[in-house]
Amino acid sequence: MLAKRIIPCLDCDLAIPLGRVVKGIEFKQIRYAGVPWELATRYYEEGADEIIFLDITASCERRDTMVNVIKKTAEHVFVPLAVGGGIKTVDDAKNIFNAGADKVTVNTTALKRPEIITEIADEYGRQACVVAIDAKRRYEPPEDKIAVSTPEGDCWFECSFYGGRAFTGMDAIAWARKVEELGAGEIMLTSMDRDGTYDGFDIELTESISSRVRIPVIASGGCGNAQHMLEAFQKTNASAALAASIFHYDEWPIGDLKRYLSNNGVVVRL
Amino acid sequence: MKIAIVDYGVGNLFSIYNALNQVEANPERITEPKGLFEADGLVVPGVGSFGRCMQRLSPFEGALVEALEEGTPLLGICVGMQLLFERSEESPGKGLGWVEGEVVRLPDDVLVPQMGWNELHIKKDVELLDGILEGDRFYFVHSYHCVPKDSSVVAATTDYGLELNAAISRDNLFAVQFHPEKSGPKGLSVLRNFVRLVRC
Repeated sequence: MLAKRIIPCLDCDLAIPLGRVVKGIEFKQIRYAGVPWELATRYYEEGADEIIFLDITASCERRDTMVNVIKKTAEHVFVPLAVGGGIKTVDDAKNIFNAGADKVTVNTTALKRPEIITEIADEYGRQACVVAIDAKRRYEPPEDKIAVSTPEGDCWFECSFYGGRAFTGMDAIAWARKVEELGAGEIMLTSMDRDGTYDGFDIELTESISSRVRIPVIASGGCGNAQHMLEAFQKTNASAALAASIFHYDEWPIGDLKRYLSNNGVVVRL
Repeated sequence: MKIAIVDYGVGNLFSIYNALNQVEANPERITEPKGLFEADGLVVPGVGSFGRCMQRLSPFEGALVEALEEGTPLLGICVGMQLLFERSEESPGKGLGWVEGEVVRLPDDVLVPQMGWNELHIKKDVELLDGILEGDRFYFVHSYHCVPKDSSVVAATTDYGLELNAAISRDNLFAVQFHPEKSGPKGLSVLRNFVRLVRC
């Protein structure tokens, strides 16, 4: 049986050579957590199933820095590597793949030009194209949006782009179905409401999308402890769960977290 | 000792190169068929569709057959395993046909591709899987799977709702459906075993 994947996410500030990992609340950076390739190597040794690097600076001149980060990481880390942030063209993706990445994640570019999904999937295979969806709850859903009932009231989920700085008016559930159709191999689904809060994943968001698509969904945003991951796997069809801070600050070493999940009936790679 | 990664122009070979380096295999990327003759071991990776891979691999076919007949160990990885078969449902045209059988699409009632870490069930005691235990997990990414006519070549399977062939071994021919270069320490063990086979 396929194992549920545990994925540490490294938000990278690439303003210095080889970058640095930052983590903040609702995309505002607050703490430095280390050097990306070093942290990635530690997580690999602790049992991470995959590692995601997000370029939160996402400017042209820093793309070369990300390439160097991935090259350096790929010499030491032998699990799949995914990279996102600022990928605008298949050529951008190519540079990242050539550095040793296995998947790229696209968000803003895909919302502005959905064909990029098909272009990447055609060239590198569906499994290499992850679409990141950043979704925010909007209560009192209008008729043209897909309504989801939550303990806090009925809501719909709006896609955001530009790293959470702008909103599209687009329904995240409809968009998830669309990206599957266009060739995405996976969806990395982040709750804007929960990101950085340590309050747990948005279960309703994760379930409403993971039950409607036939591609893997990575639950993201809000993980504060192992119980949150357990809840996500018990209550939704998520194939993987992502966290950052609980790993960066040693609150939950990956090995301990996986043993906790396994003891509670979740199939993981130990 | 030289291990040649057959670089026939599909996907990037950076990961397999790094992983072989890690197990001190001294890998070299070979882009011309004549480069294969000096190799002590051959690795055939594969990314993308069966048809495209086969088309690009065809200039190397003669040299590969020759090396194989001389007893050079060869390891096919992922689509590189599928290419060893006679044909695939993915694309028209022939495969290398070194292993009798075909490559078929995963059924509709499972998520396709299979992507993630799945368990190996050991079927045969082979050097390639030395030190690998029943239930060890490896990283798979594939939409098609290999069905050999002669099941005695199967060294390991995995359970994805149906039993899939994960590794085959016959004389000096080896192949795995999973990605050893992305399967953590266990994957590196498989590559280390292959290197040991090449050294012997």
